Amino acid sequence: MAAQLDDAVGKAAPQTGKGDAPPAGRDGGSRPGGRGGLRALSRRAPRSPARRTPYLLLLPALLATAVLLGWPMVRNLLLSFQNLNMKELIQHLTDWRGVGNYQEILGSEQFWRVTLRTLVFTAVNVVLIMVLGVLIGLLLARLGKKMRLTLSLALVLAWAMPVIAATTVFQWLFDSRYGVVNWLLDTAGWHAMAHYDWVGTQLSAFSVITVLIVWQSLPFVALNLYAATTTIPRELYEAARMDGAGTWKVFTSVTFPFLKPFFLATTFLEIIWVFKAFPQIFAINQGGPDRLTETLPIYAFTEGVGNLHFGMGAAISLLTIVVLLAMTAYYLRLTLRQERQEENEL
Amino acid sequence: MKRAALATAGRIWPNATAIVLALGFVFPVYWMFSTAFKPTRDIITEEPVWFPFHGTAEHFATAVNAPHFWTLAGNSVVVTVLAVGLSLVIALCGAFALTRMRFKGRRGILLTFMIAQMAPWEVMVISIYMIVRDADLLNSLVPLTCFYMLMVLPFTLLTLRGYVAAVPKELEESAMVDGCSRRQAFLKVVFPLLAPGLMATSLFGFITAWNEFPLVLVLNKEPAMGTLPLWLSQFQSQFGDDWGATMAAASIFAVPILVLFLFLQRKAVGGLTSGAVKG
Repeated sequence: MAAQLDDAVGKAAPQTGKGDAPPAGRDGGSRPGGRGGLRALSRRAPRSPARRTPYLLLLPALLATAVLLGWPMVRNLLLSFQNLNMKELIQHLTDWRGVGNYQEILGSEQFWRVTLRTLVFTAVNVVLIMVLGVLIGLLLARLGKKMRLTLSLALVLAWAMPVIAATTVFQWLFDSRYGVVNWLLDTAGWHAMAHYDWVGTQLSAFSVITVLIVWQSLPFVALNLYAATTTIPRELYEAARMDGAGTWKVFTSVTFPFLKPFFLATTFLEIIWVFKAFPQIFAINQGGPDRLTETLPIYAFTEGVGNLHFGMGAAISLLTIVVLLAMTAYYLRLTLRQERQEENEL
Repeated sequence: MKRAALATAGRIWPNATAIVLALGFVFPVYWMFSTAFKPTRDIITEEPVWFPFHGTAEHFATAVNAPHFWTLAGNSVVVTVLAVGLSLVIALCGAFALTRMRFKGRRGILLTFMIAQMAPWEVMVISIYMIVRDADLLNSLVPLTCFYMLMVLPFTLLTLRGYVAAVPKELEESAMVDGCSRRQAFLKVVFPLLAPGLMATSLFGFITAWNEFPLVLVLNKEPAMGTLPLWLSQFQSQFGDDWGATMAAASIFAVPILVLFLFLQRKAVGGLTSGAVKG
């Protein structure tokens, strides 16, 4: 709308804008009406060079994306069709291989195993993060002021820990000989855990990684959920309580519907973040033991950079992008549909 | 009587849960700092020492005297600040266009940024390495700054959109009616209202850029051209068994972000919400 207003102000008489806009703002509820009026106004006004403004404003962002992301992506695509190992890299050789890399990967059991593992890993973490995060967020809303501040501060500290530092700390916490976790479990009576080697088996290594990721991700969800609940009108809650709704009913009939965009956006972000989690997994045990905790990003990195099969790594990374897109397609579609509606209103 | 008892019970459980949770969330951070201050004999014990009664700063000395620490810290600061600053400016322009203007290709552009946000940088290191190598820019801070800027950009742009949308258009319009140009209206009226949003989004940016690891690992192999995450990871493999020094190194790495966060956390919380509610 503002773009059109700009046109209108630039070309037509300012008074027209003055007469039109403020009432639309004042009686708030009838915004579509106000917008319609302005649109009609701009249709009358001749289009001006201001039409270029949005493109100029977006140019730096688009240019940076095209050069810094688009170019590596294209390069990555090309690499994925090449047979590129250390020798070719050093001698600057280009050896095209067609779809050979893809055939090899899609035909390997390892790839499918890693993909399935990545999906399960992402699902488990995101569900844990969303459920626990929402519970903690609702708890924050119920606490008294002092308690809320205490818990928020603790959450903020965990949230702010840089990933590499946090990963290092977790290695120390779960250290087999002097780690405090093993000591706690041993003291609590589970003596088998006295010198337990957490990175020794797939399940236990994944447990440590999951605890680390969930610990770091919960604050984001919890604090933002609490902040979001404060925007819900109190009357809605009161009305629900009057109707005799219990805690669960209040959540499903008031909180959830009101915060649906929040839930969607947060779940989307968490899926991306967990799916892409790299330093946490890599630093804990380089995807070990026996490559059993490799997720797709680690797999691509290990194949490409670690084992110096750059072409294969590039092909895996493209397939990784495809999997991620498939996982998030629903949210992207939803957002675009919503945008279309808003655009019609603009 | 019964109701009063219920009310008390109703307060006990949330409070108890909150205390347990708070301890759980703080403990790793506490354990990092306290280990960093403990003499080695209090670290390597079968029975944990819960508080550094015999506090020492020797581990910090080991950490900052490790090769290249100060150079790499400087690199990290320069790269992070430049990347976040640049992305804020670029993102703000873009966010403004996307929220306030209607134009052809708007949704396509939006989709581009949403997909850019999902870019798995970790797996593109090979192609990035080749591009940077061909441009003869390995072991330089320039590509790092550029790529970190773009890692931060989509999220910054998409989040700022929510903040821009939250500023009533009427404010801008009345400023323009009062004779401001579009740009003046933005700078004088909208920009000040965006300050909290800018701080919140820059926090996320700082964390991302400060943390970045795989790219610097592959691009900047020269010891003096890395950043702190690289230093920390190498420090750890070098001092692996010296948990005191390792925790001191981790503390030094974490402190700038922790401090920044504590100052800005009010602004950061709810940041996503305003973005999400707007879509």
